Amino acid sequence: MLGYLLRRIGLAGLMLFGLVCLTFVISNVAPSDPAALAAGPDAGRSQIEQARRDYGLDKPLPEQFLRYLTDLAHGDFGRSIATGRSVGTDLARYFPATLELVILAMALGVLLGVPLGVLSALRKDGPADHATRIFAVSGIALPPFWFGLLLQLAFATWLGLLPTSGRLSVFTEPPPPITGLLLVDSLLTGNFGLFREALSHIILPAIVLSLPCLASILRVNRSEMVEALRMDYVTAARAHGVTPWRIVMVHALKNAMLPTLAIIGLRWGWMMSSTVLVETVFDWPGIGLYAVSSAIAGDFKPVMGVTLIVGLNFMIANLIVDLLYGVLDPRLRRA
Amino acid sequence: MSATAEETVAAPPRRRLRLALWLLSRSFSSMLGLFLVIAIVVLALIGPWIVPYPDHVAGAVSLANKLQPPSAAHWLGTDEVGNDILTRVIIGARISLLVGIGITFAAAAIGVPLGILAGLAGGRLREAIMRFTDLFLSVPGLVLAIALVAALGPGIVNAMIALILVWWPGYVRLAESKALSIREEPFIEAARVAGASRARILRRHVLPNSLSPLIVKMSMDIGQAILAVASLGFIGLGAKPPTPEWGAMISIARGYLPDWWWYAMAPGVFIYLAVLGFNLLGDGLRDILDPRSNRG
Repeated sequence: MLGYLLRRIGLAGLMLFGLVCLTFVISNVAPSDPAALAAGPDAGRSQIEQARRDYGLDKPLPEQFLRYLTDLAHGDFGRSIATGRSVGTDLARYFPATLELVILAMALGVLLGVPLGVLSALRKDGPADHATRIFAVSGIALPPFWFGLLLQLAFATWLGLLPTSGRLSVFTEPPPPITGLLLVDSLLTGNFGLFREALSHIILPAIVLSLPCLASILRVNRSEMVEALRMDYVTAARAHGVTPWRIVMVHALKNAMLPTLAIIGLRWGWMMSSTVLVETVFDWPGIGLYAVSSAIAGDFKPVMGVTLIVGLNFMIANLIVDLLYGVLDPRLRRA
Repeated sequence: MSATAEETVAAPPRRRLRLALWLLSRSFSSMLGLFLVIAIVVLALIGPWIVPYPDHVAGAVSLANKLQPPSAAHWLGTDEVGNDILTRVIIGARISLLVGIGITFAAAAIGVPLGILAGLAGGRLREAIMRFTDLFLSVPGLVLAIALVAALGPGIVNAMIALILVWWPGYVRLAESKALSIREEPFIEAARVAGASRARILRRHVLPNSLSPLIVKMSMDIGQAILAVASLGFIGLGAKPPTPEWGAMISIARGYLPDWWWYAMAPGVFIYLAVLGFNLLGDGLRDILDPRSNRG
């Protein structure tokens, strides 16, 4: 087990290095001059040259790469032109909003996707199966930004049930952060009014973000369950008189959950990525909105910072899934 | 790989095609997918000749007609400068389809040869190619595309380049794993013994046998690429108005919600149906060509 653990962690370390290489390459091989980007859109020639010297961009590439690595190791992602703050500070400020959204969306995806997948597999080729499959394909094909606009239109504007955008109403003073997750913080301080308000704001973006994830968990879980229910061990269990409920929940689902787990790991990273669209639609003050507004303003460092954070999340999620695999599937530990 | 895939490859081409079409026609969702794809392709091909207001494509301005609700003259209403939305959405099909197909084929053209090379060569070359590929897989697609567009500058051409760079590693992975499994097959051994050159083995034996999963992936990817281009257009990093690109249209229409809500409807429905079509078709093709592969 220890060997497996070390190998996986080593692999994650390699991926992290690759990620840093990638952002470095994008920053440097791009046709646009990084010094001009660093100096800002309105800089003159002398300012650009100044920035080139300041940021060490006149040095040879390997030296620049080393400098980039040391900066990152110190948590220095550079400075944002638009906000004037260091990108690290901005990321720390915006990340909890994204994290809260992604956690809730993932919870929705798993809690609805797994049971629907099981249902679909049990009623294979029946009306319930067809309905859930159509729902699943639609979930992947619906443009999230458009779906978000539709929900805003329906639930906020026409029905007036939920707020249109933001994390809290503009009149509400955000509480001092404990975890940074409003739903958790408001419960910790016993402020149920704030909890309700935060929940009413997060529910629509979370639904939009969870839909593709829900759909893909459903599809994987369904096909794995169909496969598992055909296996000899299920027939054997049935012959031994194990109750149908137990066969489904224990024998089949346990085996179907492994590939589902892999999808959950992948989807965590993808959600961190597609949250960009959802945050744009709902004015959700997370790293996605930060990346988009920076990219449009030609503000380069924040975009790279977000890329690194999203890549890091992707890597950690995959590492956790790999380790869980090792725990759940003894065959892998020996391999 | 699977028994069905090999049998279909072994049968003569016309019978193989007939079998595939028959299998496809038995599934409702595959037929729906095929219908949607054909509809989009036909719209894209004949669009400029059937649109009611051809001069509204490039963005003619007739402010007297702006933001009209759907009517007999303008089935889907008009936009903020008085252009017919139906006209622009139909021309949008041309752009989206071209961009989606372009991205997918370019990505496959880069990824497949590299993947087959990696799978067949093995050793250091394989390591080098695969590690380089992994580099691009360390960040999920959309954020990587945004980072690349931020570096290249916004615009539809740069958005396409960024999405090609995001998409090719998937094809390396696919082709490499196919090449690895095919390399061990007896018929490759036989070809080698018979004195076939490496290039001939690649072209005549490895490529045709990797074709099924490739077609499935490409069908899915055209849909996803259409969605990705629309997404970049929506956040303002892709096509720029007045180009009638669906995502960019929704981005403008968003400013006219909720009072002129129909403006945002048509482009969204078209994106949805186009992506749905390619996904359903890909799903159906997979059931026929590559039944044992994983779904996700």
